[in-house]
Amino acid sequence: MAQLIDDDPRIIEFDVRTDEMLVNMGPQHPSTHGVLRLVLRTDGEIVSEVEPHIGYLHRCAEKIGENLTARQWIPYTDRMDYLAAMNMNLGWSLAVEKLMHYQVSERARHLRVLIAEMGRIASHLVGMGAYGLDLGTFSPFLYAFREREKILDLFEEACGARLTYSYITVGGLTADLPPGWLRKCEEFLDQFEPVIQEYHALLTTNAIFVKRTAAIGVMSPELAIEYGCSGPVLRGSGVDQDMRRDGESIYTAMYDGYAFEVAVMKNGHYPRDHQYPPVPSDAVIGDCWHRFFVRMLEVVQSMDLVRQAIDRYAACKGPLGEPVKLTEKIPAGDAYLETECPKGQMGFYLVSDGSAIPWRVRARSSSFSNLAVTHELCRGCLIADVPAIVGSLDIVMGEIDR
Amino acid sequence: MRGPGFLEQLESALPGAVTGSRLDALDPWIEIDPSRLVDVCRWLREKSQVRFDSIECITAVDWFEPDPKKAAKATWQPHTELVYHLWSTASRVSIVLKVKLPRWKGDVPGQLPEVGSVAGVWRGANWHEREVYDLSGVWFTGHPDLRRILCPEDWEGHPLRKDYEQPLEYHGIRGR
Repeated sequence: MAQLIDDDPRIIEFDVRTDEMLVNMGPQHPSTHGVLRLVLRTDGEIVSEVEPHIGYLHRCAEKIGENLTARQWIPYTDRMDYLAAMNMNLGWSLAVEKLMHYQVSERARHLRVLIAEMGRIASHLVGMGAYGLDLGTFSPFLYAFREREKILDLFEEACGARLTYSYITVGGLTADLPPGWLRKCEEFLDQFEPVIQEYHALLTTNAIFVKRTAAIGVMSPELAIEYGCSGPVLRGSGVDQDMRRDGESIYTAMYDGYAFEVAVMKNGHYPRDHQYPPVPSDAVIGDCWHRFFVRMLEVVQSMDLVRQAIDRYAACKGPLGEPVKLTEKIPAGDAYLETECPKGQMGFYLVSDGSAIPWRVRARSSSFSNLAVTHELCRGCLIADVPAIVGSLDIVMGEIDR
Repeated sequence: MRGPGFLEQLESALPGAVTGSRLDALDPWIEIDPSRLVDVCRWLREKSQVRFDSIECITAVDWFEPDPKKAAKATWQPHTELVYHLWSTASRVSIVLKVKLPRWKGDVPGQLPEVGSVAGVWRGANWHEREVYDLSGVWFTGHPDLRRILCPEDWEGHPLRKDYEQPLEYHGIRGR
């Protein structure tokens, strides 16, 4: 034990205690994923406290929602998590549909799964690439964006937009897929599948990457649950929870008949339905590496779901159905629904007084809860580890600040 | 789980804390006496059969109609309603708590209504309560660090209140 203490550089650092210093990181620091300001209280290289300051992108979208009809608010949900706008559209649409007791057509259901899972792949690719950037490696970012570009091209062809889609809407989708889209999507998947091995070679098994992320920022499952963390951040800590399986029936019904396994480590191993590299021996459950790895597994899993959705959608001969009217009245009452977005569980709460314009809308941001845990994770870490920890949470400021 | 049996357990453990409930609603909810909120939350987290170990969301709904014509037709009295969405990771069930507060403490405009903070029960509630204070103007007593989180520190008013008026000017930036 004595030898362990002597060898730990952090303990030595504490022996030669220096003056405390406040270091300001951001709001324009490139590794802060948008405009996030972190104030670090440091003692030499050791961080004793981190205080995140948020709100630089605050637009009070919830107030805007009180002045628009439910469908008119869809474009504002695009601008929350702008890296996974499809999933945001879906979350809000389902929350409104829950209150309206509305059920979309079977064809729309499968198309929604297809689009939402493609959105998840795109979001995780950015998360992966940007995480490489945070840790000082530039190439994975380019590899990730090369593939994401192809997904955006597909999205553009389907709905006309590349970033803020407003494609999924209350009562269905704004348009059906153009002819030939499914074939292009399948071509993309076939081409994309081997590329994932490149990512594993570039990052997952990269010795420097493992050194920077393994056993860094370890979060216990209890801590993650208490802070309301969700998505890959929660599953990275070994908590087996995925709203696509455990959520409310209106949401899980969307995935009825789809086969997928929640990407979480159980009994010491991840679900092995695909080839992936072994877990490095230094990595402990709940550290930055595992949070990153869960995202990589979900990319493969989403690819699988997209393939299943393509088959089901193609087999559906019925009509897609029309979205509800722009000024459709919503029955009085309230409804809350959480969906599994790429960043975590995104909740939408809607209170209606019976008119077309909601009385109150609320967006429960997953990144907001995931970021709130930063100060616990960064206590006692090195300054260089702060970007590694914040990056592993994969936050989007547009969603936190709303 | 969320059925009547659960409600009876809660009532026998903390008599008088539950002031209303709708278990047949879309999202079943129970209404809690504001002074007992922290006790109820602690019970739900530590004693109840289903441990609600995670707080998902805190929302304040401002029930107030600024237009006097429409206000005369309203079926409710002006008040602020806090909505807590809790989640149990082990049992995968949720529950909704509602707390009714006056819009202003003692009906004096400008005096924020007060309710106990649950940041001591779930640490995750810390930021959610800060957000509700910032945007809806509810004071959480016992909160370790209650300050604005999304708006700047010197911002005036609480934007999600229905009678909020956007400032005409902020540090030389034109509003409206």
